[in-house]
Amino acid sequence: MNDQLLSVILTIITASTPLLLAAIGELVVERSGVLNLGVEGMMAVGAVSGFGAALMTGNPYVGVFAALAAGAVLSLLFGFLTLTMVSNQVATGLALTLLGLGAAGLMGESFVGQPGIHLERLHIPGLSEVPLIGPILFGQDFLVYLSLIIVAAVSYVLFRTKAGLIIRAVGDSQQSAHALGYSVVGVRYLCVMFGGACSGLAGGYLSLAYTPQWVENMTAGRGWIALALVVFSSWLPWRIVAGAYLFGTITVMGFSLQAYGIGIPSQLLSALPYIVTILVLVVISGNRALMRANTPACLGQPFVPDR
Amino acid sequence: MKKWMAMAAVLALGVPATAAQAADKLKACWVYVGPVGDFGYSYQHDVGRKAVDKALGDKVETVFLENVAEGPDAERAIERLAREGCKIIFTTSFGFMDPTIKVAAKYPDIKFEHATGYKKADNVGIYNARFYEGRYVMGQIAAKMSKTGTAGYIVSFPIPEVVMGINSFMLGAQSVNPDFKVKIVWVNSWYDPGKEADAAKVLLGQGADILVQHTDSTAPLQEAEKAGKLGFGQSSDMIKFAPKAQLTSNTDDWDPYYIARVQAVLDGTWKPDDTWGGMKDGMVVLSPFTNMPDDVKKMAEDTVAKIKSGEFHPFTGPITKQDGTTVGEAGKPLPDGELLGMNYYIKGIDDKLPQ
Repeated sequence: MNDQLLSVILTIITASTPLLLAAIGELVVERSGVLNLGVEGMMAVGAVSGFGAALMTGNPYVGVFAALAAGAVLSLLFGFLTLTMVSNQVATGLALTLLGLGAAGLMGESFVGQPGIHLERLHIPGLSEVPLIGPILFGQDFLVYLSLIIVAAVSYVLFRTKAGLIIRAVGDSQQSAHALGYSVVGVRYLCVMFGGACSGLAGGYLSLAYTPQWVENMTAGRGWIALALVVFSSWLPWRIVAGAYLFGTITVMGFSLQAYGIGIPSQLLSALPYIVTILVLVVISGNRALMRANTPACLGQPFVPDR
Repeated sequence: MKKWMAMAAVLALGVPATAAQAADKLKACWVYVGPVGDFGYSYQHDVGRKAVDKALGDKVETVFLENVAEGPDAERAIERLAREGCKIIFTTSFGFMDPTIKVAAKYPDIKFEHATGYKKADNVGIYNARFYEGRYVMGQIAAKMSKTGTAGYIVSFPIPEVVMGINSFMLGAQSVNPDFKVKIVWVNSWYDPGKEADAAKVLLGQGADILVQHTDSTAPLQEAEKAGKLGFGQSSDMIKFAPKAQLTSNTDDWDPYYIARVQAVLDGTWKPDDTWGGMKDGMVVLSPFTNMPDDVKKMAEDTVAKIKSGEFHPFTGPITKQDGTTVGEAGKPLPDGELLGMNYYIKGIDDKLPQ
């Protein structure tokens, strides 16, 4: 029984981590007032770059860095189009998804059918062998820890530092931030790149840790779920952890129940994570004051500084 | 969202990839539902296309469209190929059936071939492979190799093709161990490596020590490898992903069929046939038997030989359904029509088939 519980918990962690990584990045982007719908595309490019770099160098950590860098570079393109050229953010984000998926397929052509390099799990002699708790707390790959560290850092920076105050000011009232002398566009560029790097990392997690391989469309819609989780979290970092893990838990529990042969229709179980997420969202949205307080007021609005 | 994204992807990526242009060559065309880089179903069809290129390259030019969504968009894609001078068009997914029939009616001089469907016309032939033959052998191997007597089965959608596979696998397993158990998880997707891996981990955690999949990625097999358990590949030979775990893989080999059909067009002998090929025709091929002792290997090879010679059919009547009723006549194979409409589990599967 312990073994079963352990395997379910470990599966939940791997299923939730890519969602968490992509969502926390997008949260920062949206906090600065930019809506980047291209998460899925950046994840795909991150996945293929990470896979390729790891394969060529034989080092999964090079792969992780390549994934991060690829996501950031692609987001820079989005930044240039929406922030400098002031194009429509929704349309550009959607285009970025299509571009990313297509480009990833093209880049990955020669990687198809090749086994990848696997990101190792942490192993601390003694600690990692403690029953149940050991493998959960001390037996993950480093991206799992990193994802939680990023959340803590984002939470701290956004709400406890001046930099965070500036980011939120830019997202909530771009004109005021501009009037105070902050570079709205500059701040947004940095946030967009941070978001891209996180999305790339999420993609790298897929191709290096989750399922070490490259196949086209392997992101399978996770970028869209990450976008939804940002709204779910009402733009509060720790709620993203709750959302991502809730989503992962229900998905994995669904498989678990099926394998036990409990006669619940599998279609319902597959839909359940979405249904529950929506229900929780409805409950959260009930608190209007909180929602209004945290929704970035300038989300998706273009900004052109007065000359 | 997914659907229109796929449609947009067609606009973005659907430019026909044309090989060397030559007006006097016969143009043979393919339409795939997935990317050629899926290393599974569409990949395998594309291997067949390349075989045509190689065998008949001096007389034939091949073109393909990938990532074509099933539904109305497919009709436009197929019609474009027809207008561009394709003389034979292979549409390789079930959902292309009606679009193929519609376009074929408009272009009576062009030959069409549709895979895995059932509608024919004067210029539309159909073809499919008897994947269940391989799955029977896999069932036998699983029952021999499993220590826990339980296999984990990861499946996509409850369509007859898939249900037939599960039943065939269990008939094979029961022929070795009548008490063999199977745990079934539907991931409701043909292709989502992450979900397939999750399902695999859950099944291994619940005591299955052999994984079978009717989804298209290598993820479940990789999980088996990681856990030191065993598994079977799907569509392509996946041994590189699981050198210590893959027992065999149920692969599709379309090469000889495609070459023969294109040759028939060249010769002017093409007719709208109904081909359901199996091991005998070389359309279903089990990749080399690995990671098993010699006696198990021999048993598998014997069964393959018997299926090939026609001496044995996995679905030989009477077959007992879950509810205890039987189908088929004693000693005779179930008719193809019965197989193609299979919507029930056989006895011994403790699960409910989703409807």
